[in-house]
Amino acid sequence: MEALMPALDAVFLAPFRDMVSLPDFLIQVIWEGFVSGILYALIALGFVLIYKASAVFNFAQGIMVVFAALVLVSLFDMGVPAWIALILTIGVMGILALTIERVVLRKLVNQHEAILLMATIGLTLVLKGAGQLVFGGEPKTMITEELGFSTGSSDWEVFDGIVIFQHIDIAAAVIAIVMVAALGVFFSKTRIGRALRAVADDHQAALSVGISLNQIWAIVWFASGIVALVTGIMWGARSDVSFALEIIALKALAVLILGGFTSIPGAIVGGLIVGIGEKLFEVYWGPLFGGGVEAWFAYVLALIFLLFRPQGMFGERHIERV
Amino acid sequence: MFYREAGQFKTTYADDQALLPIAQDRVGLIIVLAIAFLVLPIVASDFFLSSIMIPFLVFALAAIGLNILMGYAGQLSLGTGAFMGVGAYSCYKLTTIFPDLNILIVLLLSGFFSAGVGVVFGLPSLRIKGLYLAITTLAAQFFLEWCFIRVGWLYNYNDSGAIEVPQRELFGLAVTGPHATPETRYLIILTIVAVMTLVAANVLRGRIGRSWMMIRDMDIAAELMGVRPLYAKLSAFAFSSYYCGVAGALMVFMWLGSAEVEAFDINHSFLVLFMVIIGGMGSLTGCFMGAAFIWVLPVILRAIPPAFELDILAATMEHISSIIIGALIIFFLIVEPHGLARLWRVGKEKLRTWPFPYAT
Repeated sequence: MEALMPALDAVFLAPFRDMVSLPDFLIQVIWEGFVSGILYALIALGFVLIYKASAVFNFAQGIMVVFAALVLVSLFDMGVPAWIALILTIGVMGILALTIERVVLRKLVNQHEAILLMATIGLTLVLKGAGQLVFGGEPKTMITEELGFSTGSSDWEVFDGIVIFQHIDIAAAVIAIVMVAALGVFFSKTRIGRALRAVADDHQAALSVGISLNQIWAIVWFASGIVALVTGIMWGARSDVSFALEIIALKALAVLILGGFTSIPGAIVGGLIVGIGEKLFEVYWGPLFGGGVEAWFAYVLALIFLLFRPQGMFGERHIERV
Repeated sequence: MFYREAGQFKTTYADDQALLPIAQDRVGLIIVLAIAFLVLPIVASDFFLSSIMIPFLVFALAAIGLNILMGYAGQLSLGTGAFMGVGAYSCYKLTTIFPDLNILIVLLLSGFFSAGVGVVFGLPSLRIKGLYLAITTLAAQFFLEWCFIRVGWLYNYNDSGAIEVPQRELFGLAVTGPHATPETRYLIILTIVAVMTLVAANVLRGRIGRSWMMIRDMDIAAELMGVRPLYAKLSAFAFSSYYCGVAGALMVFMWLGSAEVEAFDINHSFLVLFMVIIGGMGSLTGCFMGAAFIWVLPVILRAIPPAFELDILAATMEHISSIIIGALIIFFLIVEPHGLARLWRVGKEKLRTWPFPYAT
């Protein structure tokens, strides 16, 4: 028992003492976690959009983020003004959505979801190869300032310390919130949004009332392409635009488990939990494990979550139990 | 005409249930094995043996492991790389703790550790399936990768963090380490893969293999017919992870010579997954075809520019091969979800009736 006490203390008490003793640092950590959580949430949002409408688990979302960001940066490097480059990139994502729908999805209608998942893994390889072939493998810098985002930071003095807020992070948070609100309205109020939900519920029933599956899928892939572009800009502003992002995007899978595969608010809340949770865990509990726990925290959290609530926090409860 | 079973009468039940009931298949297999065992070590160059044949066999074994889980038991896994890592690291630990133990025994024992880990991460499969299960295997992948970096005991607290294969001898001949010739390594790996494939083929057509396939096709019906999902699924995880573990141990001990954690990362898991998809889910022949295809295609592509004296960077060809493989995966999923193995079967069927395609 005597030997056990320090260990228990190190796990259950010492981290909280650290938090209280340096509250400004704690706020900084939470803010960092909040921002990366927003970015996870944005990637997860792209997943959710496609999963809702077509039950396709789009593994390629991460690479779509990289692809969109690379197109944008490369267009700018070729001398296209930033805003026109942005519009052109949206066009490219639209063409990509149409192509994917035409070449891949239409041929795989009504297949098992594991088959569709593997098809998107194939898509990932194609996009990755094409991206590296066209744009080169080196990391690129995002054109943050040219798009009108401030790159400065604000300080906030609190608890005898300073917490630094990057302006781009604040912008990311605002844009994410606006986007979620817009998508929420789009899904519940517009004609297309309702058609999307109908398709998500039942393909055949939707077809029988005259909804075009092909059209809906193209739209939804286009929408998630735009989400990917926004994510790419935000992520690129924090670090460089590189293919390493693809692995980080896998964390969105864990986010989806937490939030539920079909819930837009779930993606946001799940993203924030993963983002903040892994930062806190890394900073305060990480040293106990030797650091680097950020790499698996999200997945292990998702694993534990799966055992107790497999449908996620906001997901629809029709998961098939075995 | 060439591939016709006419006149081959089965007179006993044992004949009827033989692994290869058709004489042509038996002869074909014997020829392939004879070439692999006798001809290749003599004629093939060191490069061909050590950078094409040995990796091909390693990946074929790993693909068999994943195919057992995915193609036969219907459980999607994205953690193959990590399970191979468990095999490799436990093989390393075993042989450094017990240096006198026969290396073959060590290689085969190391699979059991991997099987144990596989069962632990397979536990969620009792409650969830499909995509959800894929994410738990992803958790296994990242968690184990982290362990390979952070747990110094696993690599004997090396400064490099890599596992260096020590020299081990079999019948006075170096089989691992820098002094082992490609021929010996190739022959050992070939023997192990051949025997393990035979074992897998027999397990898969036996009671256990059938219970896996029942679970895959419809778990509720399987349960009603007396298959216990708990045993069927966990045994599939154990069996599959055992194969992956041995493949991982062979990969480090017989091919790479030393390995860091990057050798077992997520891209590696995907590579094996692609082999299974392209080769054909639920087919052992497919595993070999898929492994050969995925491993050899980039090698051939790399050889194209020098052959035509084109000035294309190696990296460019790598990207092109990535595009081709990705496109082929989509192509196979759309056109032939059973992969190369099905094409092979169709080809055999054509040979059977040739030259009278309507004379059945």
